[in-house]
Amino acid sequence: MTEPPRLLHPGAWWLWALGLATAAARTTNPLLLLLIAAVAGLVVAERRVPGPWSRSYTAFLKFGLIVIAVRVGLEFVFGGTGLGVVAVELPSVPLPSWLAGLTLGGPVTWDGLLGALFEGLRLAVILICIGAANSLVNPSRLLRLVPAALYEAGVAVVVSMTLAPVLITDIDRLRRARRLRGRSTRGPRAWGQMALPAFSGALDRSVALAASMDSRGYGRAGDQPARVRHLNTALVVAGLIGVLLGLYGLLTGGTPGSPGSGLFGWPVLLAGAALAAAGSLLAGRRVTRTHYRPDPWRLPEWLVAVSGLIPAAVFVALGANPELTGPASPPGWPPLPLVPALAVLVAALPAVVAPRVPSDTAAEREAVPA
Amino acid sequence: MIRFADVTVTYDGAVTPTLTGVDVTVPEGELVLVVGPTGSGKSTLLKTVNGLVPHFTGGTLHGRVVVADRDTALNPPRELADAVGYVAQDPQQGFVTDSVEDELAYTMESLAVAPDVMRRRVEDTLDLLGLTSLRHRPLRSLSGGERQRVAIGSVLTAHPRVLVLDEPTSALDPQAAEEVLAAVQRLVHDLGLTVVMSEHRLERVVQYADRVLLLRPGGQVVDYPDPAEAMAVSPLAPAVVDLGRLAGWQPLPLSIRDARRHAAGLREQLADAAPPPAPPPSAAAAVAQVDGVTAGYRDVSVLREVSVQVQPRDIVAVMGRNGAGKSTLLSLIAGQQAPQRGTVRVAGHDPTGLQGPGLIRTVGFVPQEPGDLLWSESVGQECRAADVDAGAPPGTTWTLFHDLRPDVAEATHPGDLSEGTRLTLALAVMLAGDPQVLLLDEPTRGLDYCAKEQLAQLLRRRAEKGRAVVIATHDVELVAQVCTRMVMLADGDVVLDTDSRSGAVSSPAFAPQVAKVMAPVPLLTVAEVRDVLPQEVPS
Repeated sequence: MTEPPRLLHPGAWWLWALGLATAAARTTNPLLLLLIAAVAGLVVAERRVPGPWSRSYTAFLKFGLIVIAVRVGLEFVFGGTGLGVVAVELPSVPLPSWLAGLTLGGPVTWDGLLGALFEGLRLAVILICIGAANSLVNPSRLLRLVPAALYEAGVAVVVSMTLAPVLITDIDRLRRARRLRGRSTRGPRAWGQMALPAFSGALDRSVALAASMDSRGYGRAGDQPARVRHLNTALVVAGLIGVLLGLYGLLTGGTPGSPGSGLFGWPVLLAGAALAAAGSLLAGRRVTRTHYRPDPWRLPEWLVAVSGLIPAAVFVALGANPELTGPASPPGWPPLPLVPALAVLVAALPAVVAPRVPSDTAAEREAVPA
Repeated sequence: MIRFADVTVTYDGAVTPTLTGVDVTVPEGELVLVVGPTGSGKSTLLKTVNGLVPHFTGGTLHGRVVVADRDTALNPPRELADAVGYVAQDPQQGFVTDSVEDELAYTMESLAVAPDVMRRRVEDTLDLLGLTSLRHRPLRSLSGGERQRVAIGSVLTAHPRVLVLDEPTSALDPQAAEEVLAAVQRLVHDLGLTVVMSEHRLERVVQYADRVLLLRPGGQVVDYPDPAEAMAVSPLAPAVVDLGRLAGWQPLPLSIRDARRHAAGLREQLADAAPPPAPPPSAAAAVAQVDGVTAGYRDVSVLREVSVQVQPRDIVAVMGRNGAGKSTLLSLIAGQQAPQRGTVRVAGHDPTGLQGPGLIRTVGFVPQEPGDLLWSESVGQECRAADVDAGAPPGTTWTLFHDLRPDVAEATHPGDLSEGTRLTLALAVMLAGDPQVLLLDEPTRGLDYCAKEQLAQLLRRRAEKGRAVVIATHDVELVAQVCTRMVMLADGDVVLDTDSRSGAVSSPAFAPQVAKVMAPVPLLTVAEVRDVLPQEVPS
């Protein structure tokens, strides 16, 4: 690829990441899940943007480990059903009759533990894919993708995301100030006393930002009547809910016994997408905003998006294939099926085909400590 | 261009109006300076220009404000965005995007400017404000002056006819202030923009102003088409104006150049005047000792092998550019951070090991944002908490505070205090423990001349009590007024450590206005000139 360095369209990265996440959601095979995490890690290492967000992948990786630990821990507490080879015998606690469905303690089996481990791993890898997307795209650039009808809501989300890191530096400053006044900086009481000033600081900041946005033309009324604007927004929101329900159906479709997997799925997904598109098109007709240097969608964008969607398509097509299921009961060494593994490897392509990140955005390191 | 017709502004819940009967017309192409003490309503007046008052802030506005033939009563701020560009006090808080180029385009995006026009205007603005080399930079990585210029650029791209700037240089070091003011000058002269700005640091801007609006207590605004006339009566005036008033010069000089022309006679008359004798160097053991210290963040050293000693009765000014390590030096002495190499000792202790009352009695530190130290619901509660923290007898803090600000009630919320009063309260809180060393980080950035004078008196009293004070500051006037020693940091090294008088006359960068006017007569402040002046000279 001789593509000059530039930032890839944020939508391409998100499609790629969501494709990988979809594939992860469809399997509990630990080898495939680890492969997905590794592929995401490789691409992040090659193409992440500089700045605080580039650490998202590691942050989400750690968070994923916590998720696995919690899931396995829960198995110890509530999982004592006793099917399979017993690993530990815990004392069983009798529960009142109105909690009939739950057991506390009892025999913990290898089968149950492995099953919990694989499920935790699946959730962790989905999180890692989202973290990868955050490392590859500055979240505020996502605002460019928000449909015009939802622009206001998009701004709110992006603003709260940029305020969160500021809140952390605020709390750090308040901790240092507490020490200066000779108070302890640890313990719940200290945190309680710091919370109020921290939040009032964040509030002041939000008000200042709102004033600035108001003076800079944010939220100008277009020439469209309010009724039409509300209709557009309703269309887009309903459409997006449809898309989410449809995706939920597709993701859980392979899991036997999940509720309503016949109702959700493709039909709802398509109907939702159509609604959302109609709303966006209608809203787009009122020209109250323009976009400065919109991101182009060229060949690299196509390659990145498709390379992420291929594993998703393969995993969905395979359905409830036993090779995609982690061998928990009875315990065994997981297989490495060839086709899904190759599909996941395709998603590593962006490490090569995506254009490099321009180096002048790396000027962050010149930051002057205030 | 801007017409205020009998404007009165009353905020919700306020008993008295903030502005009363403002009746002023600002012609096109003028640079208008709004002058008044803190809390006098300067920001309110500026916000009426684009309708933030009352549309955004609430409150009631009687009368009429008309900008570029549009009435702000009928047009909320967003509809005026193409006529008035408004830049708030802290530009960082107003940034919506995160890179320079996107920020410049944001206003135009909201105004639905066509993409090709947008692109062209962004390029124009980058050139106009000298931002070309910064175009892809993240906003967080910019210095204060660059930030302020980006904020101005981001409203300029909409091609407004009026620019409103709230304290554009108060928080900046002298070099950054120069950058911003040069840019504003260019806008006024080359584009014929009408600029309305407020500023505490009058010495930086008053010579550029075409008109001064003076805010009086009670919210009246007096319009002076000649800035010199305003300065003749203003309770707030830069040192050069005070000197002109003392010497009776007519017309009153506003710049160093004008004053030097008037001052030839005065210089001759005072040619033999000796400056007040410098206090003898203290023989006492150093109360704070920084020895060969290297410090910084991770792999970046902000200070390298720095050694500084502070004696009792010293008032030390730590000077240098933003990022030179001034704040790092202070937090080392306060034990807020540990040195990577070298030792720090305060009254014989390692300050990082101090905590609780032991810390309060050794070091007091008022950070850049004095509000960080205050978290109670009322001033009275804050003072009682400070007494308990320091183990001082009840009422100590309140007495300290009340002596300086007798007008503030105990029930007032610390958040409602003006900048200067909040600093006073934070100082009182820190002084409750009577610390050996008092550290102040940029204490004068939000202060008007009166509040500054009060601060100077308080610091002098500390020194008389045998305590030491260390101030990180850019304010050469404050240094000339109170400091006994000057330490200059640059690029992590101490490049100057001398008594403040020889420091001030050694370089124009550190010379206060009076020294520049009187050179080679070694007098630094108006008070010093007054002391050596024979009584019969009219004042």
